[in-house]
Amino acid sequence: MAAVPLEHVLLIAGALFALGLIGLLVRRNIILMLVSVEIMLNAAGLAFVGAGAHWGQPDGQVMFLLILAVAAAEVSVGLALVLQVYRHFQSLDAERLNNLKD
Amino acid sequence: MTIAFYLASAVAIAATIMVITRRNVVHALLYLILSLLAVALMFFALGAPFIAALEVMVYAGAIMVLFVFVIMMLNLGPAGVAQERAWLPPRMFVGPAILAAILLADLLVLLAGNPASAGQPQVVAPKAVSLALYGPYLLAVELASLLLLAGLVGAYHLGRREPKKEND
Repeated sequence: MAAVPLEHVLLIAGALFALGLIGLLVRRNIILMLVSVEIMLNAAGLAFVGAGAHWGQPDGQVMFLLILAVAAAEVSVGLALVLQVYRHFQSLDAERLNNLKD
Repeated sequence: MTIAFYLASAVAIAATIMVITRRNVVHALLYLILSLLAVALMFFALGAPFIAALEVMVYAGAIMVLFVFVIMMLNLGPAGVAQERAWLPPRMFVGPAILAAILLADLLVLLAGNPASAGQPQVVAPKAVSLALYGPYLLAVELASLLLLAGLVGAYHLGRREPKKEND
């Protein structure tokens, strides 16, 4: 039995996820938006590991490994896209990527 | 043990708030590294030492290096030096250093704790994780490797410079 109750782990994971979501919605810098996505993925992994620790099973840690793979693939493709955006627009402002809107 | 967990979670939440409120990307990355280290300590306190090590190596190591590389690539030229000096004044390191000192004390408390005492979490050893990984989750591991390959090819394709016109 884990010493830390599962509810507290889930609350902290939820708080971290909410902070990442706020960052994603508020910030307009593309790199900081990617960072916020990383925070959210990390919070989801924390919930998985907390649940796995609560029941003493390795499944939660396995899920965290898969989240890690997803995060690594996402950030590499996302940062390559950031490079392309910067070459085309000379800016990292997400508000300027509005060519589809016009 | 529980004290260490709550202290680390407080550091994680404080560092994350600093991440989403910094105006400067490099400062935000400094605090993000701290947030990830705090989460790694939380994993350790929860009884997942393997995941804690992976968090430090892959998140705070590899993924942060990617972010820093991209920021470096976007700021070339002689103006970059002055910009970098303006980015990281010595007083900028005070906040992260205080949080990191709290984390270090937390880690020492965690390591000095008596492992036989009550309230110790049940540690899920790396052996159990790897047995599950290559047993029932083998297909998921293969899918993750496929995803990483797709990410590698996609990042290579997107990240290269545009060819000059029709001379290649």
